[in-house]
Amino acid sequence: MTVPAFIERFDAVTPRLAGGGADWLRRMREDGLSRFTRLGLPSRKAEAWKYTDLSALGGIDFALAAIEPDVAPHHLPEIPEFGGLRLVFVNDRFRPELSEVERLPPGVVVADLAGVLAGEGDFLADWLPRLAPPESHALAALNTAFLGDGLVVRLSRGVRLDRPIHLVSVGTARERPLAFHPRHLVLLEDGAAATLVETHVGQGDVSYFSNGVLEIGLGAGAELRHYKIQDEAPTAFHVATTALRMDDHARYEGFILHLGGRTVRNEVHAVIAGRGGEMALNGVTLADAERHVDNTVCVEHLAPGGRSRLLFKTVLGERARGVFQGRVLVDRAAQKTDAYQLSGALLLSPGAEMDGKPELEIYADDVKCGHGAAVGELDDQALFYLRSRGIDERAARRVLMEAFIGEALERVSLESVRERLAIMAGRRLESMGEGEER
Amino acid sequence: MALLKIENLHATVDGQEILKGIDLVIEPGEVHAIMGPNGSGKSTLSYVLAGRDGYEVTGGQVLYDGQDLLALKPEERARAGIFLAFQYPVEIPGVTTMTFLRTALNAVRKGSGLDELDAMQFLKLVRAKARALGIDEEMLKRAVNTGFSGGEKKRGEVLQMALLEPRLMVLDETDSGLDIDALKVVAGGVEALRSPERGMLVITHYQRILQYLVPDHVHVLSGGRIVRSGGRELADELERTGYAAFREQAA
Repeated sequence: MTVPAFIERFDAVTPRLAGGGADWLRRMREDGLSRFTRLGLPSRKAEAWKYTDLSALGGIDFALAAIEPDVAPHHLPEIPEFGGLRLVFVNDRFRPELSEVERLPPGVVVADLAGVLAGEGDFLADWLPRLAPPESHALAALNTAFLGDGLVVRLSRGVRLDRPIHLVSVGTARERPLAFHPRHLVLLEDGAAATLVETHVGQGDVSYFSNGVLEIGLGAGAELRHYKIQDEAPTAFHVATTALRMDDHARYEGFILHLGGRTVRNEVHAVIAGRGGEMALNGVTLADAERHVDNTVCVEHLAPGGRSRLLFKTVLGERARGVFQGRVLVDRAAQKTDAYQLSGALLLSPGAEMDGKPELEIYADDVKCGHGAAVGELDDQALFYLRSRGIDERAARRVLMEAFIGEALERVSLESVRERLAIMAGRRLESMGEGEER
Repeated sequence: MALLKIENLHATVDGQEILKGIDLVIEPGEVHAIMGPNGSGKSTLSYVLAGRDGYEVTGGQVLYDGQDLLALKPEERARAGIFLAFQYPVEIPGVTTMTFLRTALNAVRKGSGLDELDAMQFLKLVRAKARALGIDEEMLKRAVNTGFSGGEKKRGEVLQMALLEPRLMVLDETDSGLDIDALKVVAGGVEALRSPERGMLVITHYQRILQYLVPDHVHVLSGGRIVRSGGRELADELERTGYAAFREQAA
């Protein structure tokens, strides 16, 4: 097993990380370290990692960004504006001068994790370990051991925040490869509502490894809209693990747009713990070159009357590889569950590949569950039809690709975000169209 | 100059020769009907004219307005004024009819050196043309041909024709799958486009549509060749005698 060299320096390093010497946090980190040391980097022998190979990670000598000299980005890459609160992290270091967290209404905490830990952060001692992803998740354990900064959102009971909260992560490495382990926590108490937008961008030719964990707790009747844009640098490793827990009648609507990265794994573990919880997670992946993008989603229905919907659309060009793994588990108690998942992929070139498997594990007898998966090419008949009406081949291909991903995009309920995502996806498709024409 | 001049056209599909030497001249203002039994090569001729992949021309030539039509891509042919009304219009889920029509119209306009229409100008135009064909706006908001009835699909083709204002219209069994009321609407819509500058090639199995869309010339296609040509009375004759006599002639 290969593990990053900074792991050997755990004792020396951790006091300099967020939260400093707080006892509870140190114990949590130690627990994370021992689990990671035991598990090691995931190997493809593990069922959950059958299609995604992280062995390249082990071969790169990543330094821990948090204790390396600060790398200022040459210039910030273009970051979409969503007109709300904004927290910018560069290599997981909070940049207040680039952020906008003024004028918070009462009952709203929106801040950086390191800042909260340095102040009145003891409530985190209850929460951080509680929502965490599965014990057996090696990379989440690694994150726990070395967690740096991140976003903390806490909305008190009944507080509805209209403005979106925009989390911006900029990755950049210049002298040597860097790793960082952002840890985000979003807590919406009963009846609270918020919109979270995540943008991940990167720059530079040197590889970086973003290993993030996001924990989301939704109280009874709480509502979260969560939109993520992954546009990391072409050499970047992006591993993101989200743990979502929902109480009675909570609602979660998620969307993930993958545009960049070298090797990407976006993993979501959702637990619908309360009655009547509703979650939808949809996504669009656009990948070319030799990118590898893996969406892995696990939904556990533990209570009656829950609803879950997964729709993932993937367009792959050149030698890109896409993965979709969707696992839905319905507990004995979760009668009247309504769950459906669908994955569709469009291969633009013979070198592209899509892998995946849907899994349903059902222990209740009165449920409605289904899944579907389809992999195909652009429809020749439709292409000819469009061209016979004067639309050139390139534009015709683009029309068909936009229609294909549109089915997922239209599920983004917030119009302003949906439009931005459509524009970004359209731009990406334009660049993918090059070189694929016959 | 002839609008369309087909000379000794040979074409194969999957290595099999389907068109075995077609000659046909269409002058501006003329409506030609091509009739023939199933498998005679009618649809192949329409696809060759529109430039579909997989339809390989192995001999002869096609001049459109004096230029070599076969050298053009499908979209270039469309911009030059050729329109094929499909026998089976293609369903395109996820693309609204309105978006499709606007994209096509602006592509064709751009090809003719005209300005693109903005959203308001386009909307006004498409509404007027749709109304004339009894197409309600609800249909324009739906995805292209997706879930359309046979009649809606064919009316959609005629609407496209009315918007793109082609100079040569090729109608591939536009009458198939239509009841008599739908046929009247569709044929009437095509008839309204008849003009001294335009030519039409109406491909059909039955003479029914020709009652509403009266041709100047009728040709019988059988076994990949035009085996007989005449005036409109030839269509009536075929209605009485059927294609049997021509099958033998081709063989």
